[in-house]
Amino acid sequence: MTMTEDPTTPGYKWVGTRPIRPDGLDKVTGKARFGADLILPNMVEAAVLRSRHAHARILSIDTAAALEMPGVQAIITGDDFPPTDDMAPGDAHQAVKVMARDKVLFEGHPVAAVAATSRAEAQAAAKAIVVTYEQLPHVLTVDEAMADGAPILHDDLITANVDPAPETASNIASRAFFERGDLDEGFAAADAILERSYTTKPVHQGYIEPHAAVADSGQNGRANLWVSSQGHFDMRTMTAKVLGMSASKIKATPAEIGGGFGGKTTIYLEPLAVLLSRKANRPVRVVMDRDEVFMATGPTSGSSMKIKMGIKNDGTITACDLWMAFEAGAFPGSPVGAASMTALACYDVDNFRIEGFDVVVNKPKVAAYRAPGAPISAFAVESMIDELARAIDMDPIELRLANAAKEGVQAPYGPVFPRIGFIETLEAIRDSDHYRSPVPEGQGRGLASGFWFNIGGNSVATVNVHADGNVSVITGSPDIGGSRSSMALFAAEEFGIDVERVQPHIADTDTIGDTDVTGGSRVTLATGKVVVEACRKIVTDLCRRAAKTWDCEIEDVEWVQGHAQHVSGTESPLSLADLAANAGRTGGPISATHAENVRGAGAGFSTQLVDLAVDEETGQTSIVRYTTAQDAGKAIHPSYVEGQMQGGVVQGIGWALNEEYIHRADGTLDNPSFLDYRIPVASDLPMIDTIVVEVPNPNHPYGVRGVGEVGIVPPMAAIANAIDRATDCRMEHLPMSPVALLEAINERNAD
Amino acid sequence: MRNWYMDYLAPTSVEEAVGALAAQPDARVFAGATDLIPQIRAGRPEPGLLIDLKRIDRCTTVTKTDTGWVVGAATPTSRLTEDPDFSSTLPGLSEAAGLIGSDQIQNRSSLGGNLCNASPAADSVPAMLVNEVRAVVAGGNGTRTLPVGDITTGPGKTSLADDEFIVEFEIDAPPPNTGDAYLRMIPRTEMDIAVVGAGAQITLDADGNCAAARIALGAVAPTALRVADAEAALVGNPINDDTLAAVAAAASAACNPIDDKRGTIAYRKQVAGVLAKRAVKLAADRAAGTNANGAH
Amino acid sequence: MNTPHTKSVVSCTINGNATQFLADSGGTLLNALRDDIGLTGVKEGCGTGDCGACSILVEDRVTCACLIFAPEAEGATIVTIEGLAEADHLHPLQETFLEGAALQCGVCTPGFLMAAKALLDKNPDPTETEIRYALAGNLCRCTGYDKIIRAVQDAAERMRENA
Ligand SMILES: Cc1cc2nc3c(=O)[nH]c(=O)nc-3n(C[C@H](O)[C@H](O)[C@H](O)COP(=O)(O)OP(=O)(O)OC[C@H]3O[C@@H](n4cnc5c(N)ncnc54)[C@H](O)[C@@H]3O)c2cc1C
Ligand code: FES
Ligand code: FES
Repeated sequence: MTMTEDPTTPGYKWVGTRPIRPDGLDKVTGKARFGADLILPNMVEAAVLRSRHAHARILSIDTAAALEMPGVQAIITGDDFPPTDDMAPGDAHQAVKVMARDKVLFEGHPVAAVAATSRAEAQAAAKAIVVTYEQLPHVLTVDEAMADGAPILHDDLITANVDPAPETASNIASRAFFERGDLDEGFAAADAILERSYTTKPVHQGYIEPHAAVADSGQNGRANLWVSSQGHFDMRTMTAKVLGMSASKIKATPAEIGGGFGGKTTIYLEPLAVLLSRKANRPVRVVMDRDEVFMATGPTSGSSMKIKMGIKNDGTITACDLWMAFEAGAFPGSPVGAASMTALACYDVDNFRIEGFDVVVNKPKVAAYRAPGAPISAFAVESMIDELARAIDMDPIELRLANAAKEGVQAPYGPVFPRIGFIETLEAIRDSDHYRSPVPEGQGRGLASGFWFNIGGNSVATVNVHADGNVSVITGSPDIGGSRSSMALFAAEEFGIDVERVQPHIADTDTIGDTDVTGGSRVTLATGKVVVEACRKIVTDLCRRAAKTWDCEIEDVEWVQGHAQHVSGTESPLSLADLAANAGRTGGPISATHAENVRGAGAGFSTQLVDLAVDEETGQTSIVRYTTAQDAGKAIHPSYVEGQMQGGVVQGIGWALNEEYIHRADGTLDNPSFLDYRIPVASDLPMIDTIVVEVPNPNHPYGVRGVGEVGIVPPMAAIANAIDRATDCRMEHLPMSPVALLEAINERNAD
Repeated sequence: MRNWYMDYLAPTSVEEAVGALAAQPDARVFAGATDLIPQIRAGRPEPGLLIDLKRIDRCTTVTKTDTGWVVGAATPTSRLTEDPDFSSTLPGLSEAAGLIGSDQIQNRSSLGGNLCNASPAADSVPAMLVNEVRAVVAGGNGTRTLPVGDITTGPGKTSLADDEFIVEFEIDAPPPNTGDAYLRMIPRTEMDIAVVGAGAQITLDADGNCAAARIALGAVAPTALRVADAEAALVGNPINDDTLAAVAAAASAACNPIDDKRGTIAYRKQVAGVLAKRAVKLAADRAAGTNANGAH
Repeated sequence: MNTPHTKSVVSCTINGNATQFLADSGGTLLNALRDDIGLTGVKEGCGTGDCGACSILVEDRVTCACLIFAPEAEGATIVTIEGLAEADHLHPLQETFLEGAALQCGVCTPGFLMAAKALLDKNPDPTETEIRYALAGNLCRCTGYDKIIRAVQDAAERMRENA
């Protein structure tokens, strides 16, 4: 096996190289243990009984017959959970989400769970539970939910952030609002003004590993929980809250996670497993079937948006008025706030008003999905900008450059941008071979950009130097895309040792300090920072130990390429291994921990270019060529940066062309399988060319920004823009499926 | 799996299988189980006995005869697509079989299962219809041979009696100057169920005019169907834009589709015409010996 | 209906080892491999043939373990991801997947490796398009497939060189 060095990163020996990831071997040999792979002694299996109705009152649940079924160990229903009266509204919603109480609010809502000696027995018993419902009228879209006289999901839901506060309950949970300047003046200054409406459908994160949890509860009120999640601390805390336990009574151990994309940042099965285990007095494993994943977890919001934008002939955007309503699913909490904040963040616009509504509907509660909210508002804004570019006959890159956000510009959501790399992503695409080559005959070319904040947050790292001079790096951040590699690279760089001598590890909630979820593109930035700081503490300690050995001042010692050196050159240097072997005599074991609520995240931008062909007789779109340029700040392990960029793009291609939740009129999901929920397959795609732009984040020791999310923001608009240029059909609704596109082509032909 | 009360049997002869079918009314034969297992998992059907046909030699044997082929009904379709002789003689049927799912599926899926699952969208069925393939059916009353078109009667329904199953298919080698083709529309490039499918078999005369035409559609009616009007529009005529337009119009008119998650009525009608036209063109090119490549 | 279904003893060869297990008549080979035999490298992403995470080789042909009834394994020769590497070295595909970062979360990886092995065993020099279609039955949501396709190309080249 070989390792390639990246010649573009002078100054660093390890950061910027592409070593084989530490967990790789286990993953190519089948040894890696994912959520459903754990088998404990005496373990039983569980099944969840789920509602077949979108909205209904539970009149009764009769478990008597089910309890008599072979193999059954325990059955739980809403009655086994602590009441929600004293919980904060968000916690109460979470509690009711994982197990219905008096009402079911979406198809797939859990109403009971069974533990039995086999999964088949658990499923048979779940089927034997008799639930009587009184069906209630349901709402499936924001339009239905916001209509006068709509059926109300929550009697106590009063719209937040509206002045004066409404007096009656509605399905509108909250309103987000941002404005600046004077809209009327802005539109008056415009040479061209366009108004459009857009809709998007709920789409699922589509991770290949279904949710799974294993719990082992003890008589002492403690529980062990194994989770496949993006953050086992959060899983533990949320589980404890809905069960009325104190969080430290649960020890959560992370399994390998088979994809999350935001969807595994919340609880579904975990409290059920803990409760079933307590009642059955045996370890319990519960794993979702794929249809349960689609029906009851994820997705991100469907939406309805209206936008009006004005532009001058020189390309200056003068005003933008954006209205959005997002489906939250059965409980409040759509990403409409983030969608509002990100909508115009690529641009410096003087006059705007952005209003967003969070609306509950009888569908599964939405979960975070890669740059939550941003791809949806970007579909509207970036489609509109392309239409404006065509209206004033300006190159879409020049138009974006003319309005681009840069250092010193105030972001629409408040802060002033420090150094950012949006312009560099535009220039990278403009200078790319792709952009400079002519659009092939019969194809259309589209471009769009996107923004994501990236975040910091709470991280902890412990670094231990073993007696043989090798290093363990322990963090609490689940690795969903190769972050262990980056942690090892940071440590190798700081110590000046071979990366293979660093073993990264992700520890359980009792072993390492509280760490936020792997999400918001924060791990390389924040957990990376605490790893660096812990390493630096150790380097200081090592220099102190060398000074002690040499009987000199610590100021006379410096750390150079894995060795302590005396500045005078009089002493022969001491390697990390030398110092480690002597640790007992210089102060004991070598170990340091650093904990921090890391600030200083650097915003991420992406600009993408696509060439595609449309079969005008069938409406089918083929993606022919795709290039994505993204500002990574600094690519620690370039392969995994490229991988994040490519993965985000392809999820966006699926969202653009075929992915959607299809509901029947009765509120049940018609396509809860990978056969009919169509994520892209290998033969749908070309290679995805990547251009990694590196405009360092001034607030990070290695300039990292975070790369996980922004890649999914531009594709929907980029593809809509390319389809428009290929066919003269402007698609305003996602997905742009063959059926939808052929309809548009027919309309165009009729005109 | 919810099917925790099932029995399993792997008979080695047709008689043994017929006997087991007759003895247990809720028994089910299967070949690749690529339709059956997902259906059982979804809760329907709930057979009491699973009868695996793959250990019956006749059901998994492919034989070249003087007049064509005899293909065991439970033969994995990959055996057909990988057979160069079969695939070059009946490219349309081979490609249709090759469209069923992924490589993983094709190492299990069978023509018998594709037909008897009785999905209107089954890809091999229009291709079998245009090649006028016959099914050899065994049952308590002995063996009978009937056209493939007589097997399916509606979505999920066949004309087979409870104790009957298909042992093998008889497929005629096409006459000279004949080509076949099957094309389908799916939203992705793989792993989808046909929104529309169209098969054609075209025989050309010495002048390059159409001497015989068979055209069939899938996924646009309760069962796959032959389109007599489209065939009539071709016979005796050259294959050109006008006759192809007539084929398309007749195909669209023959559709009796539904609106569902995979496509609308309007879409299916329109695209049925497009695919019928393209399939005829491809089959005619093959008959003329000019083009052997189908779309994937 | 609630009589437990019958079980039968199944004898087969898995990863070169003669293996016997007690099969649920209506259970799948996937469940047997994972829960009874302990080969949890074989993954379940859907249980309905749509994702390929459960891909294994049966008589050298790639199939979905989730679409095989457990008793069908009688007499079969089966290879799972656990049997792909030799004791002292990895299969070239495993090497190129590691070197080329062809996995992110890795849950799809066992299935891709088995499907890619089946492809390269019958076609040592596939085109990019052939690779993409041969792997269309394996879903990956993390990588966008780019690095997977390249890793298969690299492995094919390496295998041809060493052939
Ligand atoms: C991921 C995936 C993708 C798919 N893609 C496609 C596709 O693209 N196109 C397509 O057409 N299909 C597709 N299918 C469906 C399926 O694979 C095909 O219909 C296949 O041909 C079924 O064959 P089988 O041998 O597996 O059938 P089985 O599941 O074994 O049987 C199907 C039905 O037919 C009955 N049956 C089987 N053999 C006989 C017989 N000899 N006599 C009487 N009855 C019999 C069975 O009792 C059962 O009811 C797909 C399935 C999956 C899981
Ligand atoms: S688990 Fe078998 S194909 Fe998905
Ligand atoms: S690497 Fe995660 S699904 Fe492929």
